[in-house]
Amino acid sequence: MIRYIHALTLFWSTAIGAEMEYRTNFIIATLTSLLGLVGAIFTLSLFYQEDYAFAGWSWQEAMLVLGFYTVLEGVSASFLAPNLSRIVNHVRDGTLDFVLLKPIDSQFWLSLRNCSPWGLSSMVVGVAMIIYGGTQRQPDPLPLYAYLQGIIPAMLGIVVLYSIWFVLGATTIWFVKIYNATEALRAVLEAGRFPIQGYVGVWRSVLTFVIPVAFMTTVPAEAMLGRATWSWMVAAALLAVGLFTASRLFWRFALRYYTSASS
Amino acid sequence: MKWIWERARTILSVNFATMVEYRVELLFWMLATSLPLIMMGLWILAVRRGEFSMDETEVARYFLAAFLVRQFSIVWVIYEFEWYVVQGRLSPFLLQPLDPVWRFLGAHLSEQVARAPFVALMVVLFIVMYPASLSVSIDQPDLWWLPSWRAVLGAIVAIYAAFLTRFALQYTMAMASFWIEKPTSLENFLYIPYVYLSGIIAPLDLYPDAVRQIAIWTPFPYVVWFPATVLVEQNTIPFAQGVAVLLGWTLLFVVLNRFFWRVGLRRYSAMGA
Repeated sequence: MIRYIHALTLFWSTAIGAEMEYRTNFIIATLTSLLGLVGAIFTLSLFYQEDYAFAGWSWQEAMLVLGFYTVLEGVSASFLAPNLSRIVNHVRDGTLDFVLLKPIDSQFWLSLRNCSPWGLSSMVVGVAMIIYGGTQRQPDPLPLYAYLQGIIPAMLGIVVLYSIWFVLGATTIWFVKIYNATEALRAVLEAGRFPIQGYVGVWRSVLTFVIPVAFMTTVPAEAMLGRATWSWMVAAALLAVGLFTASRLFWRFALRYYTSASS
Repeated sequence: MKWIWERARTILSVNFATMVEYRVELLFWMLATSLPLIMMGLWILAVRRGEFSMDETEVARYFLAAFLVRQFSIVWVIYEFEWYVVQGRLSPFLLQPLDPVWRFLGAHLSEQVARAPFVALMVVLFIVMYPASLSVSIDQPDLWWLPSWRAVLGAIVAIYAAFLTRFALQYTMAMASFWIEKPTSLENFLYIPYVYLSGIIAPLDLYPDAVRQIAIWTPFPYVVWFPATVLVEQNTIPFAQGVAVLLGWTLLFVVLNRFFWRVGLRRYSAMGA
């Protein structure tokens, strides 16, 4: 365990050091996420302009969902996206051999080897939105413990997202060139900007059962509002554990099909 | 004339073969641009319950059209160009008696052909998910709606004008590769006004007037909203005017592009240059 934490600090300090060489990029990335914030709020306002509201969600409550989404987007930009292109390159170049030979879990290495500061601004903006939504909520602002209630389902949401991402990433063993799997995942995730109750029937089922976007943003927001039922929370936990286990099993299965560059 | 045809055929067939080789990547690309279909699920319910100026079938049809428009105007040249410049792979192309822009353009066109079957599948999927998108109106679910031939031809012209505008804009930004290391971050930045002002998230008819009037001064509404409304025969921008605006923007970007290409090439100092 200690060994893994130690490895992690080494991984990330070198990765951030490398990324910081592109400082202008950091500024552009921050501007981009601020502009994106304006756009996201604008989109939400389009729905709320004609006395319409997503069923059961006031403007401030919908802002919580958008906040959780923005945090997830940051997590994906900082931790998921930078690692995927590496995995693909390892498989393409046959250098995955070196990873497999290391005395460290290969899924751990591949998932966390890299990180980039680009997602940081999104994470900060997302948390700010959650605080805004919570404090401005009508009729009463949310109590402090409500924020704590949101944390566990949000973590489960991240695990769900990670597991789906890693399974997609592992398919590179067969399909090789899947650089934009992250893009695809991010696009589908965009559905999580809005509460699941805003969608018409069929979409709602797809976003709950096929691509469990509902568990990533709507459920944490409901938990904060004290509206999440136990059955939803249990489902979220089971889903997270199930998908994570599936991702590990799938990676082992995929490795059996890996034919390195030399063998 | 004959040599143009031969070169075009070679470029297209080579690129097509490459694209087909990596089919799964195409599938991911298509998912990556499915935002209109997500928004469709929200707007159908919104117009059903709220007081908006469009009805369910109009909205559903609009988003299917916007999805199609987007699929055939996807541009990624900046990613490729950045890679070529950073890796120095642009050098061999400079020796050839053919401007590299044709190679990139060819890659985009053949990719569209390779993607077409996936797009068709996706459209079918969404019609299954919401069958009323092909009805004349929600009150007459059995009466089929199909675009007229005029609308289809008009939309094809509008879509390719939009594609050219987007390509010219992005290829111009790609020229920044000669000066900065990651021009793709510029693309990520410009992608935001593109998403929010082009009509991917909602038809511009549902925008507040003030926002719409500002948006119309940018090229963005013309690259999605205009072709999509032409296809569903509800365009508020007259067809000739829309196409003229698109070609005007394209021309502007082409002029800028040629200028920066010449200046940039002088700065290009990768291996072998």
